[in-house]
Amino acid sequence: MATETLTGAQALIRSLELLGVDTVFGLPGGAILPTYDPLMDSKKLRHILVRHEQGAGHAAEGYAAASGRVGVCIATSGPGATNLVTAIADAHMDSVPMLAITGQVNSFAIGTDAFQEADIVGITMPITKHSFLVTRAEDIPGVVAAAYEIATTGRPGPVLIDFAKDAQNGKFEFSWPPKIDLPGFRPITDPHGKQVQAAAELILKSHKPILYVGGGVIRAEASNELLALAELLHAPVTTTLMARGAFPDSHPQHLGMPGMHGTVPAVTALQKSDLLITLGARFDDRVTGDIKSFAKGAKVIHVDIDPAEIGKIRHADVPIVGDAKVVILMLIAELKAQMKNSRPDYEDWWVFLNGLKERYPLGYSETEDGKLSPQYVIQRIGELSGPEAIFAAGVGQHQMWSAQFIKYERPNSWLNSGGLGTMGYAVPAAMGAKVAQPDRLVWAIDGDGCFQMTNQELATCTINDIPIKVAIINNSSLGMVRQWQTLFYNSRYSNTDLNTGTDTIMVPDFVKLGEAYGCLAIRVEKIEDVDAAIKLAMETNDRPVVIDFIVGRDAMVWPMVPSGISNDAVQYARDAAPIWDGDE
Amino acid sequence: MTTQHVLSLLVENKPGILTRVAALFARRGYNIESLAVGTTEIEGVSRITVVVSLDGLPLEQVTKQLNKLINVLKIVELEEETSVARDHMLVKVRTDSSTRSQVLEAVTLFRARVIDVVSDAVVIEVTGDTAKCQAFLKVLEPFGIKELVQSGAIAVSRGSKSMSEKVLR
Ligand SMILES: Cc1ncc(C[n+]2csc(CCOP(=O)(O)OP(=O)(O)O)c2C)c(N)n1
Ligand SMILES: [Mg+2]
Repeated sequence: MATETLTGAQALIRSLELLGVDTVFGLPGGAILPTYDPLMDSKKLRHILVRHEQGAGHAAEGYAAASGRVGVCIATSGPGATNLVTAIADAHMDSVPMLAITGQVNSFAIGTDAFQEADIVGITMPITKHSFLVTRAEDIPGVVAAAYEIATTGRPGPVLIDFAKDAQNGKFEFSWPPKIDLPGFRPITDPHGKQVQAAAELILKSHKPILYVGGGVIRAEASNELLALAELLHAPVTTTLMARGAFPDSHPQHLGMPGMHGTVPAVTALQKSDLLITLGARFDDRVTGDIKSFAKGAKVIHVDIDPAEIGKIRHADVPIVGDAKVVILMLIAELKAQMKNSRPDYEDWWVFLNGLKERYPLGYSETEDGKLSPQYVIQRIGELSGPEAIFAAGVGQHQMWSAQFIKYERPNSWLNSGGLGTMGYAVPAAMGAKVAQPDRLVWAIDGDGCFQMTNQELATCTINDIPIKVAIINNSSLGMVRQWQTLFYNSRYSNTDLNTGTDTIMVPDFVKLGEAYGCLAIRVEKIEDVDAAIKLAMETNDRPVVIDFIVGRDAMVWPMVPSGISNDAVQYARDAAPIWDGDE
Repeated sequence: MTTQHVLSLLVENKPGILTRVAALFARRGYNIESLAVGTTEIEGVSRITVVVSLDGLPLEQVTKQLNKLINVLKIVELEEETSVARDHMLVKVRTDSSTRSQVLEAVTLFRARVIDVVSDAVVIEVTGDTAKCQAFLKVLEPFGIKELVQSGAIAVSRGSKSMSEKVLR
């Protein structure tokens, strides 16, 4: 094999290039300086200089979530590395394929409390899929290739590689491809035929099945297969917060999102179902509510690539370990074989579900203070932008409304921080998504609180020609927390007022802030200006756009199942529980 | 009451592996009763024996989560009936001329060994299953235990099969 003498730093850059990485988000410092030098000469790697390493991390996530490819971020040792921690934890919770590259002090200085030394491998152990500390240049190609393999294979996740400075500087004979030595890493992708057979039998015996679809279906790129399965069975579908877009919202079999702020039909269907066909979902407490009373009458088929998810929260009658795409295809074949010419009859089930859909559609009431309805603004953004756009949200009320009121038709069009609930995700994630998919319209739908956590990346967007659109749903408060205070703390608003609304001192003024970052920035207060503002944003592509939508602060997210309570107690609106027919 | 289970792990001998295993127990709120680590018949492969007090679902979870660790090659639970487990203890017991013979009698009875003797103490080494070691300690207690050191349990399956078969592809 031909070899070439390279430094560790050159080998790192070369390895990334050879793995097909085209973009890295990062910010340099002492311990990673050797790597930044050859990075400057790379023709294949675009480095995007962020303003805070958390931004690099979320940008890598957004890049990955929008494209299905690995996101890469890079930081120096110590504070640079610790600034990545939130984004790494986020990627871990939401199974985002990510490589986090950090510089480390010289190997001989490790353990001496050297300047900017932090044990980032130790710090991130519980929030990475795996991590490596590299102290010798010659280990670099093998480690980088192994890290890539781990991040992308099986259940995706973040992998951290910490490079001692002397490993970056050392010289060795580089060759490619390296031997990947991972004897303990053997994800199971092909399910047991017997289990698939058992699942098909259970499905055909059920009367009230539901396809409970999680983010795993998106990561497995199994949306088309899901559609085929759902239509073969004519069974209802619900897509979790992480799975919005895995199944078209326009499809008549779609009941919407389940969980704390799910639709009444989706929440109720799960509760009344006799069989949960669980695909890449993990029975998160935000979906199940009180687990003891969740879907009590249902048997469970649980399909997941990660065996540890199966039976973790809810017993599975038919556990299936495997890749969602492979499993669904096998299941379809098995069902067809078992069904012969007959179709399962879910007629009564659909009568019940259609009744719910009719009686309890998603809706909202107008604000009482004359300000814009946040739901209306978000709905219009979705309608005017269309299903080919990408929407990244922050965390809070605006996130839930974005999940509810935008209609998703394709996977990877909805990006959000579901598992960790990280405020500050939206702007950098949208930036990463726009870099990965430059031809798509990319919105960050952000809260006035979240926006203030990572808005500095607008500088990155302006300077690097990444024209994202930011819609700030400005309710002048930490709205979701305020909603809980309204409902559960006697409307005592402890520390949730942000003073960003038009009838406050407006600090900061988001329009001025956006302008300072070189964006086109406008404020919208009237309903008749909403469409024009959205269209202006869509037409403006020479710089990022910030729209400060002034919305009513008392708007609440409905429906809602209060935390820890049975999903049977879903409230359609405040103090309004759905009415069930007869013995249902 | 939960019962004790012996988990045997073959792991790649990589830096941090012990931290990863121990931290997994800590993070998920599971207690480790004992832990023993050492090299094996295969170069680069270590064996960790963990004794846990867990039952049913948590035991299954911890096993699955351990299996997800990249450097873990294999996990088996060693059942009492089909395996042998041994603890190793060093005990320093207070003795004088009036008690020494009683202590030595106990040593013989338990098939332990005296490895150091001074005028006012003896150091005893004993190997056995947990029940035997605990019974021995009970007998020694009245004389005064000055110091006690115990290894974690190590365990192996009975019969000719070895755990490392089929581990390395
Ligand atoms: C980093 C972080 N800190 C705190 C929280 C708790 N939290 C959840 S939603 C929320 C309010 C977010 O406010 P804003 O961005 O204005 O969104 P809104 O709910 O008003 O739409 C807070 C503080 C969090 N999720 N993340
Ligand atoms: Mg707000």
